[in-house]
Amino acid sequence: MELFLDPVMLLLATAKDVLPVLGLLVLFQMVVLKRPLPRPGRIIFGFCLVLAGMACFLGGLDLALFPVGRTMALQLAKGAQSGGKEIWTAYGWIYLFAFLVGFSTTIAEPSLIAVANKAEEASYKAVSSLGLRIAVALGVAVGITLGTFRIVTGTPLYIYILAGYVIVAIQTAFAPRMIIPLAYDSGGVTTSTVTVPLVAALGLGLASNVPGRSPVLDGFGLIAFASLFPIISVLGYAQLVQWIVGRRNRKK
Amino acid sequence: MQAGLFGKIFNALGGALLGACRDLAPIVIVISLFQFLVLHQPFPELFSVLAGLGLVIVGLALFVLGLDIGLFPLGETLAEEFARKGSLFWLFVFAFALGFGTTVAEPALIAVTREGARAAAEAGLIDNTPAAIQRYALHVRLTVALSVGAAIVLGVLRILRGWSLPMIVVGGYMLVMLMTVFAPKEIVGLAYDLGGVTTSTVTVPLVTALGVGLARTIRGRNPLTDGFGLIALASLTPMIFVMVLGLFVH
Repeated sequence: MELFLDPVMLLLATAKDVLPVLGLLVLFQMVVLKRPLPRPGRIIFGFCLVLAGMACFLGGLDLALFPVGRTMALQLAKGAQSGGKEIWTAYGWIYLFAFLVGFSTTIAEPSLIAVANKAEEASYKAVSSLGLRIAVALGVAVGITLGTFRIVTGTPLYIYILAGYVIVAIQTAFAPRMIIPLAYDSGGVTTSTVTVPLVAALGLGLASNVPGRSPVLDGFGLIAFASLFPIISVLGYAQLVQWIVGRRNRKK
Repeated sequence: MQAGLFGKIFNALGGALLGACRDLAPIVIVISLFQFLVLHQPFPELFSVLAGLGLVIVGLALFVLGLDIGLFPLGETLAEEFARKGSLFWLFVFAFALGFGTTVAEPALIAVTREGARAAAEAGLIDNTPAAIQRYALHVRLTVALSVGAAIVLGVLRILRGWSLPMIVVGGYMLVMLMTVFAPKEIVGLAYDLGGVTTSTVTVPLVTALGVGLARTIRGRNPLTDGFGLIALASLTPMIFVMVLGLFVH
């Protein structure tokens, strides 16, 4: 019974998100710009694909990854609590889990794929789509690991954010100019459908299991980490590429 | 000719499916590794997990394909025609409507503002009644949607004028830090997280297409250096606006 009901509900829910956007676009195209839609059949087909794709994607995540990921995050958090004396080895698995989950979910993030493809196209292949995504994913991984470290140690959020901002400002002065807008954008792109639910489960699980932390005050903030550190890693990646290219040229 | 079209679609779909498998492989490896090595447990309900994984792969492939066929071309055509028509007023109205409209109904935003309102009520910032909590959540949500609309307008203006993005963003960061000092403590964490929540899976590609399309059409603008940056602004302004709201409410 559920199997028959769920896809329909899911499709309707997705349509509620996508249709207003389509409506807005068509309205402006027809009424304000007074132009007919270019190739309407193709565009409607594309929208149907987006709709069906999002419904399948979200439904599949709910069925496969989220239950497993959530129980895993909770079990790890509980295990850490009973770890007792050897805090570093007990929390070691959590940091490793945070890092790997941050990395692997970001690689699969649909909106990041879209933006990275667009960047490759807009830069005439000077920016590699996969390279950009790996840089962003490394940034998210480091960010979330630091975020869990913050929850475990209970240090205030704004200190980390302030330090991150200072690093971004310094890097901005030295990084190649063409990468800067893209790097800033990659901060906001990373945190949507796949990463947020798993990461939120990890954060809330940790905050409610580590003694002395409150889920309300300490459970939040992981998303802020995940949107700050990709900026640093993408700027760093561009600086590294620039440095390598510069060294090679000097040798010649 | 029809057969050729279908052949093309099948080819594209095959490529997209392969890409989706590659993109999802890391998650599958990480989750199974932890399940077997650390937690020493077999998968619960292996069948439903596998079925779900199949759905995720198909879904990701269809989504990426659909963006290329439908969403990206439409967004770029719109941007080009706005630029050609030169009607600034309507371009700004469109930019604001796009930012506001896609944000205000965002499920993740609704969920987070509700949590935030509940936390604020517990901290005693607002009355602990359902009506007050609901009103507070709505206010925060509208503030965020307004700030995203404003951010897209500002970003479009930046592309038109060719302003430097680092100046705006670093200035914005300074404002965020300044507001952190003055805003009530309970709203700071919420405000920081709201910056990341606002940009959804449909909005991001569309806004990117708008920016790149505009930068490509306007002479003297580079699609890479001028076309990107809209999302960055859209995740910066909600932090500032929500903390300003916090100042006014408390």
